[in-house]
Amino acid sequence: MSTSTLPSYDDVVSRYEPVIGLETHVELGTRTKMFCGCRTEFGADPNTQVCPVCLGLPGSLPVANAAAIEATIRIGLALNCDIAEWCRFARKNYFYPDMPKNFQTSQYDEPLCGEGYLDIEVPGADGPIPFRIPIERVHLEEDTGKSLHVGGSTGRIHGATESLVDYNRAGIPLVEIVTKPVAGTGALAPEVARAYVAELRDVIRSLGVSDVRMEQGSLRCDVNLSLNKPGAEWGTRSETKNVNSLRSVERAVRSEMLRQASILDDGGRIVQETRHFHEDSGDTTSGRSKETATDYRYFPEPDLTPIAPDPAWVAELKAAMPELPRVHRKRLQADWKLSDHDMASVINAGAIPLIERTIAAGASSESARKWWLGELSRRANETGTELAELPITPAQVAELQSLVDGGKVTDKIARTVIEGVLAGEGGPAEVVAARGLEVVSDTGALTAAIDDAIAANPAVAEKIRGGNHAAAGVLIGAVMKATRGQADAKAVRELVIARLS
Amino acid sequence: MSDVTKLSASEIAALIADGSVSAVEVADRYLDKIAAEDGDVHAFLHIDADGARAAAAAVDAARAAGEELGPLAGVPVAVKDVMATKGVPTTAASKILEGWLPPYDATVVERLKAAGTVILGKTNMDEFAMGSSTEYSAYGPTRNPWDLDRIPGGSSGGSAAAVAAGLAPLSIGTDTGGSIRQPGAVTGTVGSKPTYGGTSRYGLIAFSSSLDTPGPFARNVLDAALLHEVIAGHDRRDSTSIPQPVPPVVEAAREGARGDLSGMRIGVVREFGTTEGAEPGVIAAYQSGVDALVKLGAEVVEVSCPHFSYALPAYYLISPSECSSNLARFDGVRYGLRVGDDGQRSLEEVMALTREAGFGAEVKRRIILGTYALSSGYVDEYYGQAQKVRTLINRDFTAAFEQVDALVSPTTPFVAFPFGSRTGDPVQMYLADLYTIPSNLYGGPAISVPCGLSEGLPVGMQVMAPTMRDDVMYKVAAAFETTQAALVAPAR
Repeated sequence: MSTSTLPSYDDVVSRYEPVIGLETHVELGTRTKMFCGCRTEFGADPNTQVCPVCLGLPGSLPVANAAAIEATIRIGLALNCDIAEWCRFARKNYFYPDMPKNFQTSQYDEPLCGEGYLDIEVPGADGPIPFRIPIERVHLEEDTGKSLHVGGSTGRIHGATESLVDYNRAGIPLVEIVTKPVAGTGALAPEVARAYVAELRDVIRSLGVSDVRMEQGSLRCDVNLSLNKPGAEWGTRSETKNVNSLRSVERAVRSEMLRQASILDDGGRIVQETRHFHEDSGDTTSGRSKETATDYRYFPEPDLTPIAPDPAWVAELKAAMPELPRVHRKRLQADWKLSDHDMASVINAGAIPLIERTIAAGASSESARKWWLGELSRRANETGTELAELPITPAQVAELQSLVDGGKVTDKIARTVIEGVLAGEGGPAEVVAARGLEVVSDTGALTAAIDDAIAANPAVAEKIRGGNHAAAGVLIGAVMKATRGQADAKAVRELVIARLS
Repeated sequence: MSDVTKLSASEIAALIADGSVSAVEVADRYLDKIAAEDGDVHAFLHIDADGARAAAAAVDAARAAGEELGPLAGVPVAVKDVMATKGVPTTAASKILEGWLPPYDATVVERLKAAGTVILGKTNMDEFAMGSSTEYSAYGPTRNPWDLDRIPGGSSGGSAAAVAAGLAPLSIGTDTGGSIRQPGAVTGTVGSKPTYGGTSRYGLIAFSSSLDTPGPFARNVLDAALLHEVIAGHDRRDSTSIPQPVPPVVEAAREGARGDLSGMRIGVVREFGTTEGAEPGVIAAYQSGVDALVKLGAEVVEVSCPHFSYALPAYYLISPSECSSNLARFDGVRYGLRVGDDGQRSLEEVMALTREAGFGAEVKRRIILGTYALSSGYVDEYYGQAQKVRTLINRDFTAAFEQVDALVSPTTPFVAFPFGSRTGDPVQMYLADLYTIPSNLYGGPAISVPCGLSEGLPVGMQVMAPTMRDDVMYKVAAAFETTQAALVAPAR
């Protein structure tokens, strides 16, 4: 389909209502796998973190990882879910070479966590717009291995001459979080989807149960979308798999809205199918059709005993929950006295923890925010890195601010100090010392520089003597130049005027 | 020196312990006998002579060093080929696992080794433990030492025949619907199915996970109890393993051997009394057995277990359902047979060709049955209904054990049948497990003890007890054994 046939986004949302649904998989950061004692480190050599159990060798048996069950319950509690008092694992049967047993140990009609919700916000012209995303269920399962298809043009199994499988990932605990269908988001659907995934990521990170890194696949998202005419029944949905960045979530929703609208406009029918999202083009293409759906033949996993979390233990977990990101942000916004707009900037820059740690190291909230959102954001943008990845610590930023506050460096020189720190020349104090950036406050040296400037600019000096203080700029500039910028311009100005009064 | 192949396990252990014979000499004697006679019987799929001699030598060395030996140290044992043995071929009698060398030992095998028993090799069985005759082994059937034209029972037919023929004093089988007790009965050996979860399934190549139970074969009840004690006990690697101490089975067997069952109530199941197709000779031998229990002082009463008649159909829905999933892993991708991988065929084609060539007809039949029973639209009607029946059978047992200490029945409705006589009709074959299946669905222990002959062939008496009361079962079995002449298969 060529893009020229697509209607405009505004046109689409004026005529159709989208319904979105999100299935998110989170790899838990447990030390060992879901059903065996194998390690879970990312990036190990292929097939080095495997054993008879996660390879599904004949005779091997699973034993459930208690830490994974606890982490899943905590995620459920953070999402306001009901926690099951009794539930079981189930086998999901289908053949695929990256699944060692040709069934996945998962949960079916008895998930660990039942209905709940997650409150999110998207920016609007008149302040943030709140949405409550209903959660259908949160369940625990095992991840599959990873297939690598060699020799084909597409990297997919079709057309490949050889397929390689790495089972290191097989059996890593995976939590699946499924929303109910979300209607009523209208033109904001792509942003709502993105905001939900971002909030979910932050919530899970705050619990410390996963590193939730989309680029490494520890958080993966499937986006379901359908369109319907206002007042009509919901349409047939497509399921777009493996949408692996926040930006892609937003793009995938938008792309599917345009594609489906174009088909519906032509009187066509949406096929219920799996689609693949392409990061490069932002498009989706058809995968396998669900009309010939696999029958997974779910049944309770006979190798595992039921899970029956003690309600008293669940209550303890609930009481020990950390402050969730939304509450935390509200508190910070009040503490830092920020407008919704300024807070949104802080959040978008991913600067909350950096600012918090800078404040903890002694800086004021205002100065901490100023450095991270100002000079440091600019540097991050220039180099295309994340703010948190800049080679400067919050403690160093606080140290820099204390140098400014103590009059050791000027605000302007501080930027040069940052440059030195980022270049790896050491901490702020070391950079100041090494580069000789300390403010020239020695009155003798300043007086000599001022006298030189007056001598070199007699006409200007005469104007100042005549009461034209605005003319002092020229002399100040000359002094600053002579001191290589290390004098405090305000002090120089006062000294010049005093000398010529 | 007496012929160790005619002695019980405890007698052999005693001779080794007092230095009358070395463990290596015992192992060699058995290995020689296997070499001479297993050509006829075909109890073994694989002989591990080197492993056996090394294990025996280790026992002799330990004794020489003055170490205390366990009650079965140095005693040879044969292990059903469904248990994983590290570095030793393990096929479950299937072509699809030909050549597979497990990188690990099953827990039962680990415990056998730790106890100083000497593993002689791996025994024949129905493929993936599905069958009652060993006729479904992909490597040819085992023959019954009592009559080489007849089946040795199954699926643990190789383990039963090895003990019956004197090729091993002890062996390990697995019992999913009767696969230890039925071959025990038809070969005149003692075959015991412990409480489900009382022996670890780790390393047992799964047929039906909620039913599979490893257990011992022996020539007498005390030997079975000694082997039971070695292999039983909680295992953290099996989630369904029961975290409780092993019931005092050896003590109970010794107590039972005094031949006094006074004060015990034993139930006979009314509904088993009307079994169609049960051979009159079997029923007659069993009735004499019940009379013997009365003479031992037991009070024998009739109890009703109304849902036992649904056990066989429920079993043939639950076990195929689980097997259809358990056997999905045999696809040629990671181990075992691979067929048709010519660089042209698709992955699905290679998997299908591998499974087509690698599985036998009975295994395929059960995979198809189970796939159907779990499929969307039928799962509630078949798998779901069968689980409800299982609950009702549990209630029958619970109610029965409120009235009696143990239940008895014939182990199997007929003596060893001639080869080929039941392979044409699966249901005729399935009837072999009619009396044994209920206790699998329930999970309680059950044992088959020799109970005379019918037409010159062994009959078995089954004793069933409440879950984790394996000791009660051994006491009754050992007492009953004192009333029976020892059955010894005719020498060849």
